[in-house]
Amino acid sequence: MSTTAVVERENFEELFEALRARGYESVGPTVRDSTIVYDHIETVADLPVGWTDIQEAGTYRLVRRKDEALFGYVIGPHSFKKYLFPPRHTLFTLEKTSEGVKLVDAGDPVPQYAFIGMRPCELAAMSIQDRVFGEGPFFDTEYLRRRQQVFVVAVNCVETGGTCFCTSMGTGPKALEGFDLSVTELLGDAGHRFLIEAGSPLGEEVLADLPHRAAESGEVADAERLLEQAEGAMGRSLDTGGIKELLVGNPEHPRWERVGEQCLTCTNCTMVCPTCFCATVEDTQSLDGATAERVRRWDSCFTTEFSYIHGGSLRPSAAARYRQWMTHKLASWIDQFGTSGCVGCGRCITWCPVGIDITKIAAAIRASEEKKHALA
Amino acid sequence: MVPRFMPVLDVWDDTDDTFTVELDPGPAGFSFRPGQFNMLYVFGLGEVPISISGDPATSGRLLHTIRGVGPVTSAMRDLAKGDLVGVRGPFGVPWPVGLASSRDVVFVAGGIGLAPLRPALYHVLNHREEYERVSLLYGVRSPHDLLFEDEVTEWRGRFDMAVRVTVDTADRKWRGSVGVVTKLIPRAPFDPHNAVAFICGPEIMMQFAAEELAKSGVRAGRIHLSMERNMKCGIGLCGHCQFGKDFICKDGPVFTYEALHSRLDVREV
Ligand SMILES: Cc1cc2nc3c(=O)[nH]c(=O)nc-3n(C[C@H](O)[C@H](O)[C@H](O)COP(=O)(O)OP(=O)(O)OC[C@H]3O[C@@H](n4cnc5c(N)ncnc54)[C@H](O)[C@@H]3O)c2cc1C
Ligand code: SF4
Ligand code: SF4
Ligand code: FES
Repeated sequence: MSTTAVVERENFEELFEALRARGYESVGPTVRDSTIVYDHIETVADLPVGWTDIQEAGTYRLVRRKDEALFGYVIGPHSFKKYLFPPRHTLFTLEKTSEGVKLVDAGDPVPQYAFIGMRPCELAAMSIQDRVFGEGPFFDTEYLRRRQQVFVVAVNCVETGGTCFCTSMGTGPKALEGFDLSVTELLGDAGHRFLIEAGSPLGEEVLADLPHRAAESGEVADAERLLEQAEGAMGRSLDTGGIKELLVGNPEHPRWERVGEQCLTCTNCTMVCPTCFCATVEDTQSLDGATAERVRRWDSCFTTEFSYIHGGSLRPSAAARYRQWMTHKLASWIDQFGTSGCVGCGRCITWCPVGIDITKIAAAIRASEEKKHALA
Repeated sequence: MVPRFMPVLDVWDDTDDTFTVELDPGPAGFSFRPGQFNMLYVFGLGEVPISISGDPATSGRLLHTIRGVGPVTSAMRDLAKGDLVGVRGPFGVPWPVGLASSRDVVFVAGGIGLAPLRPALYHVLNHREEYERVSLLYGVRSPHDLLFEDEVTEWRGRFDMAVRVTVDTADRKWRGSVGVVTKLIPRAPFDPHNAVAFICGPEIMMQFAAEELAKSGVRAGRIHLSMERNMKCGIGLCGHCQFGKDFICKDGPVFTYEALHSRLDVREV
């Protein structure tokens, strides 16, 4: 679209101004309880300035950086999903009247969010959820209502995390589409700056509000080089070749039993995953029975109730639930929505209390399959 | 996702634990195809998937036949004339009754599975001339559990339909067969090479019946069964009803045995 612009660190603040002026509520990374979470942010100072995260299977730690980078970390347990598909929200409220049952108009306007610092994997996750909720034949109007007005400020990953594998999933480390603005942070001798590209007319408008200059070819090349390095520096990798056939063809693989013995079925992996879309509903009524409400909240295929039908759960074993999760993510999702359900963000690995690693389980199943072929 | 409310016209018991709720869909009626289901909502209590059990040709009264097993379905037993029930639907892939035309049609029902099959039976009997031989093989636990008894008796009396009923445990008055419904398949009047089967009942019963039919020579692609899974939305958004790659609510509940058989063999899918 447009050529790349450069915004100096001292002018970056104006991005928040420009968004506020257009009615956006900025949400993005900020530090809380020694973790980078997503929350309301007003200024650059609310960002995790000078922090980085160290992530490994079952481990997450924030440490200080030597510099004052604004985006010098990857992702925490939150994803932007929570703004478009809230963890808990009221679907409707009904009231009994003499004429029957009437819908109480909730009338709550949905906030107009600007997602600040959205990583390429998260952008990919959002486009996956766009398909899940917006491809039909039935639509999630709640999601679409929120989604339509989002402004995306993507931030490319020049540094990667220990559990990242977006390169394998083809979702990063550079955002290619779906953003209004895409930002690459440059530090170093030439000064703290941001290379910014607009991805939409609205993005161009916002960019025009920030003091900027055209990028020099050297700056663009620097950014490209950093992103290339990042591509090769992923903490994890996952071989996706024939992955659907591999998993669908191995429902009885002994590895499922083994992982079932480790898995605590705590649901963490599904709660942190930016693509998981499962939900349940809770119906309640007021004490006098005059009004009733339906609340929708996130659910997880790791609970036994998830698959409950009269007589018992259909997936009583942890092994079967883990298999459902991983096979859905990496295989059946492709049949359902024409894309993998995993973007390689690594959250499920980091936030698993016992450090179960989706990339390792996939590799183990593949290895024994290959051994089988070698023997045949 | 907001239900439409319809007044109850009547509620009656079919067996000790099963009853039918008749709803008034209003002047516009309610059209549906055999095998489709609705999400029925009891005010403030909950919403559950229930198949439509009435005749698709009479859209002015909407029937659901329900077994009281838990909070929502039991509360439905207590509904009275004039009470309002929330309805979302109709949802799901129907029994492909069109595919069955000019062929022998075999209905295999287990227990309350006769209810979701009944609209297809009505359709076939309403268009009897379009089909070859028609048979209903029906298995229930005990003679007390026979659903739609008067109607089954009436169908038995028809010359253009074969009805075989079997019970797991007979009482002293029972004169019919005893044993599982699959045992009725080998002697049912159909040409396996030109038959279409519709099966509904507990999953394990459907699996055995489908296997038996396939063994007798019916093509797996012409054997249909209706699957049941936990459902919260009915429209492919909540994820609960997944069975491998399929969402039972929108890709089913009716599937061919051909599409399902490899998954049915795996435990805890
Ligand atoms: C497509 C479809 C058609 C159905 N048609 C009929 C029918 O015609 N007649 C009938 O009596 N029953 C039918 N059922 C089963 C019926 O939905 C359950 O009996 C009902 O959900 C039980 O709810 P409950 O709250 O009374 O009981 P509980 O057993 O306490 O249920 C608690 C929750 O678990 C879930 N659940 C429990 N059992 C089932 C089940 N078998 N299927 C799906 N979700 C379940 C529901 O979400 C329910 O709200 C059908 C199910 C499906 C999926
Ligand atoms: S992995 Fe589990 S919780 Fe996540 S979308 Fe799939 S079924 Fe739902
Ligand atoms: S499955 Fe794990 S790595 Fe993949 S998108 Fe979900 S949380 Fe990220
Ligand atoms: S019932 Fe919600 S996805 Fe099928």
